[in-house]
Amino acid sequence: MGAIAARRRTLPGFGLTMGLTLTWLSVIILIPLAGLLLKSTELSLDQFWAIVSSRRTLNALRVSFGLAFAAACVNLVMGSIVVWALVRYRFPGRRIFDAIVDVPFALPTAVAGVALTSLFAEKGWLGAPLAALGIKVAFTPVGIFVAMIFIGIPFVVRTVQPVLQDIDAEIEEAAGSLGASRWQTIIRVILPSLAPALLTGLALAFARAVGEYGSVIFIAGNLPNVSEIAPLLIVIRLSEFRYADATAIAVVMLVVSFVIIFAVNRLQRWAQDRVPVR
Amino acid sequence: MTIEVKNLVKKFGSFAALDGVDLKVNDGELLALLGPSGSGKTTLLRIIAGLDWPDSGEVAFNGEDALAQGARERHVGFVFQHYALFRHMSVFENVAFGLRVQPRAIRKDEATIRRRVKELLDLVQLDWLADRYPSQLSGGQRQRIALARALAIEPRILLLDEPFGALDAKVRKELRKWLRSLHHEIHVTSIFVTHDQEEALEVANRVVVMDKGRIEQIGSPDDVYETPATAFVHGFIGESIELPVHVVDGAVRFGERALNLAADGLAPGASKLFVRRHDMLVGPPGSGAFEGAVQHVRNFGPVQRAEVALSGGETIEIDAPRDRELRAGDTIGLRPRRYRIFAG
Repeated sequence: MGAIAARRRTLPGFGLTMGLTLTWLSVIILIPLAGLLLKSTELSLDQFWAIVSSRRTLNALRVSFGLAFAAACVNLVMGSIVVWALVRYRFPGRRIFDAIVDVPFALPTAVAGVALTSLFAEKGWLGAPLAALGIKVAFTPVGIFVAMIFIGIPFVVRTVQPVLQDIDAEIEEAAGSLGASRWQTIIRVILPSLAPALLTGLALAFARAVGEYGSVIFIAGNLPNVSEIAPLLIVIRLSEFRYADATAIAVVMLVVSFVIIFAVNRLQRWAQDRVPVR
Repeated sequence: MTIEVKNLVKKFGSFAALDGVDLKVNDGELLALLGPSGSGKTTLLRIIAGLDWPDSGEVAFNGEDALAQGARERHVGFVFQHYALFRHMSVFENVAFGLRVQPRAIRKDEATIRRRVKELLDLVQLDWLADRYPSQLSGGQRQRIALARALAIEPRILLLDEPFGALDAKVRKELRKWLRSLHHEIHVTSIFVTHDQEEALEVANRVVVMDKGRIEQIGSPDDVYETPATAFVHGFIGESIELPVHVVDGAVRFGERALNLAADGLAPGASKLFVRRHDMLVGPPGSGAFEGAVQHVRNFGPVQRAEVALSGGETIEIDAPRDRELRAGDTIGLRPRRYRIFAG
């Protein structure tokens, strides 16, 4: 309390900015979410439980969260490699590759979905050779996975990039002159310094993939219990005018997302404490 | 460990950072590389450490080719100007790093590592900071930890790149003394880079003065101060008065005026006369080599610093003892007690 009071005195504008912040966050985020929760109270606990624990809902949630997490993990690994190449090496076309990373940010997700679907369809450029190997991507859960990787990668790259750029070459030189191999330098010095940014990137890519709708529904096949994502199930319920059902599923997604993001945040805080700001 | 550097050349584009450098460092000595920025001193240090590679030339440790080895194999302790501590590791882990990354075959057990780190932290007198993180330390403390970390691998050579450059004046002075006594204690062959002449003269056994990628002079601190080998060294070390003179027929002329200074062994032509500020003695007008009018006087403890406009055009600053007070407007004679004349 004392600290807050002291800050208030030394830095003016606390009341105004705090007021605006709370109002804005309420209008944009809290009130819609509260409305969602309120709507779900129209259901009795038994009804709620019946909807949420139905086989179709559970499968949709499993597909959404499971694949989103898997995609985020792939993005973490591949995104880190992309960042490393973009930051550490100078090669022709580097700026173009750097710009390409942002494409999934800007491209309408429906366009991405259509493009990925035609690419991975059984007769598509990538779909045909994969089909020859017996791998079906389009209209299967693998397709969802691919779409989620596509839309998630810029989150990892753009969070980690500035942090890696900030790591002084001297740090690596110091590790080298102390006898560390290249590998030891990466594992013991560079990765721990990147850990908070990596976790943030993972969380963002995951959150984006969980909420993704547009690109996924084109490539997914949308077979209930197999390749149906939770957001799609919500839309289906809405189109059937089963608003309460839709709300119940939404609430579960909200709670699970919140718990996961909160956990990652804690983890990130913990990692950050170990890498204090200079 | 001796270090021998032969005809080292390193270019960055068209800029020659090192332009044919030869240097021998004796076992156990504490050598300073002194020069202005861009003189190539840091490049030389980094090449010795294996952090940079020369375009041509040789580097040998105890007669053995060092350029065949990378930084990792050279077993050289390097201390960076900005410390380069590992931010995510405690002080203890920073110092232990070099021991922990050793190949498994020679890696010490945990108890030995702990004991060794403790010894090193004692050596730099910071054992009470073992559990802190680098961001929680002051600049001087960080640099001592960086030094302890470099010493952990029992380096054959210790290299320090502007080790005190980022510190404030008071801490700097303390650390200088401390570095000298530390070197006395551990006696590892050490080279440190500095642009601060006072630091070089105070700490080092020998000083290497560099300019524009070349070595201008190598000598003891007394040598480089008392008998500078080149005009650059005279101008760079200590406060010097620099005057353009002409050597004609065995006489030294300043403008129209013939100075009664010995010109033995000097090539005729345009030259530069160097005199230390305190070596310019004040006398009555007509008594010395120069005449001048006092413009300003300011007192600095035991000396008075006077700005004197010489008849001949130049204005110089001299440091005179306070036994005879100078006043603005006085006309005085000046006689250089000791001086050097360099061609060019």
